[in-house]
Amino acid sequence: METLIQQILNGLVIGSVYALIALGYTMVYGILGLINFAHGDVLMVGALTALQTMLFLMGFAPGMSPVVMLTIALAVAIPVCMMIGFTMERLAYRRLRNAPRLAPLITAIGMSFLLQTVAMIIWGRNYHTFPQLISTTPMQPIEGVFVTPVQLTIIGVSALIMIGLMLLVNKTRIGRAMRATAENHRVASLMGVDTNAVIAFTFVIGAALAAVAGVMFASNYGIAHYGMGFMPGLKAFTAAVLGGIGNLGGAMLGGITLGLVESLGAGYIEHLTFGFLNSSYQDIFAFIILGLVLIFKPTGLLGERVSDRA
Amino acid sequence: MKKTVVALAVMGFGITGVYAQDMVVKIGNVAPLTGTISHLGKDNENGARLAIEEANARGVTLGGKKVKFELIGEDDQADPRTGTTVAQRLVDAGVKAVVGHLNSGTTIPASRIYDQGGVPMISPSATNPKLTQQGYKGVFRTIANDVQQGSVLGKFMVSELGAKKIAIIDDRTAYGQGLADETDKAAKASGAQIVAREFTNDKATDFNAILTKIRAANPDVIFFGGMDAQAGPMMRQVKQLGITAKFVTGDGGCSPEMIKLAGDAISSNVYCSMAGVPLDKMPGGVDFRERYKKRFNADVQIYSPYAFDAANAFITAMQKADSAEPAKYLPELKKVNFPGVTGTVAFDDKGDIKEGAVTLYQFKNGDWAAM
Repeated sequence: METLIQQILNGLVIGSVYALIALGYTMVYGILGLINFAHGDVLMVGALTALQTMLFLMGFAPGMSPVVMLTIALAVAIPVCMMIGFTMERLAYRRLRNAPRLAPLITAIGMSFLLQTVAMIIWGRNYHTFPQLISTTPMQPIEGVFVTPVQLTIIGVSALIMIGLMLLVNKTRIGRAMRATAENHRVASLMGVDTNAVIAFTFVIGAALAAVAGVMFASNYGIAHYGMGFMPGLKAFTAAVLGGIGNLGGAMLGGITLGLVESLGAGYIEHLTFGFLNSSYQDIFAFIILGLVLIFKPTGLLGERVSDRA
Repeated sequence: MKKTVVALAVMGFGITGVYAQDMVVKIGNVAPLTGTISHLGKDNENGARLAIEEANARGVTLGGKKVKFELIGEDDQADPRTGTTVAQRLVDAGVKAVVGHLNSGTTIPASRIYDQGGVPMISPSATNPKLTQQGYKGVFRTIANDVQQGSVLGKFMVSELGAKKIAIIDDRTAYGQGLADETDKAAKASGAQIVAREFTNDKATDFNAILTKIRAANPDVIFFGGMDAQAGPMMRQVKQLGITAKFVTGDGGCSPEMIKLAGDAISSNVYCSMAGVPLDKMPGGVDFRERYKKRFNADVQIYSPYAFDAANAFITAMQKADSAEPAKYLPELKKVNFPGVTGTVAFDDKGDIKEGAVTLYQFKNGDWAAM
């Protein structure tokens, strides 16, 4: 029993990270119909910038409290990622807004390579130890189930950001402009919405979320390196499609579902297939579910109006 | 006019050289002499050079002629493509034998070139099992391969750590899987039970799901076949999940990098293995160190004793066959059996060293300590 609870907990933690990254994919897709493949690498830049800041602070003011240090690191990493998000949109994607859909997609892959290579030049090829400022000492709320404060923080922060983003999109003026732009950006601009600003804003918010996700990811596993954004980026993209790309609630649901399926899949695949498959096939469950959802509900779990976008 | 004089002089020198020395036998040595592991590469070359110089000083006669061995050192930059280029260059230069290369990644592609050129090779440091599994006749190594390492690890976990229940994880790479399979076999043969066999990949960072499953099986020891980049974060997650089992890994995790990445999760419950033995524990180690120091005014790094034994294996086989022609001395090379610096040098039918040594290390006082 405690193994099952532990696996659900593992799934919730990794699922929350996926969800947070998936939010960035889905917001940009919702507005532009563009899959920003460089999103995972913005996450990596966020984590490495935070690392650099922490190392600087440790040398500069050794006795600083961990919470303050983490806050400062985030306060540096978030604006850096926001600037990257803004620059990326301004220089690479805006020019291609009316181009055929393949062009911005390939540009996004190019941006991803560019960010990785630049990071490799700055931070090298080696793995770096990421200071685990939030405690990783396990606690036992239930006998045999272990959870660390950093894992609880991840679940909490993801939930808060999710609620904040929902409020932003549904209750504020800029949110209304975002929804209008998503519906039809030409008509929205005729109605007096500055669509360029709205799209830039979306990229900047997405990049800020990636920075937070990057720092949480690195804090949980204690490592960071230039290629760290690729796999979580790919999984989060899967989560966004699973939940219904373009839909905020869908990204959250997709992320958590993917995390749970992965964790339970790895834990129980051997029992379920009577020893025929083992944990080297742990990803198979996630993709079977993705396949089934796309066959029976092509727009994803909560998705809507994907096909009518040009 | 000047040119003719030089040419005549060179010709004259060449002729007298050949008559005075009777016969020159070229032996190649390849290792990275530039780049980040160039210190290890130079060490290998020095090992082979020492063996050759000692043989020349002893005086070796083959087929009734006095022989002068000559070492041709090449740099492969630890790069597989450069490795094949210099291999071809050595074959074209007519070398009779090659000591090298240093890395498995360069040795495996180069071995094909040597096979086609009919030149036998002995690597002093490449441990990937694949090297000797390609079916080439003239490929040998003087260091234990990963299969031998696995069998030592399996026995160690049962007899030294007293493990009855063992969980095994591997990263599905040729190295990790090969090492884990051999460890698995050896542990079972020693009487332990494998309670979990789990898999990850060489890009993963999250192992919570498989570790939770392993925790439910309650093993005494967890073994991981893979590299330090995964083993480090895995150690942290082992601790976070409250697992108290001992942790054992192979040479991929036996690095300073592993200690760095595992952070405060590493303890004296963590063990790893490396092919080879420390110099002090080799039969001829102490003496070798002095001769090496005297000749090169430098310290032995890691593999030069193995390169020394590799070069001597060639020389011994050539003396037995009374010829430096590969076709003639290769059958003798397969049968060599002599006391080398690192131990008894004898090859099995694949070309691996028989009873290759493996050393185990335990984490102690912030570093790996040989057991």
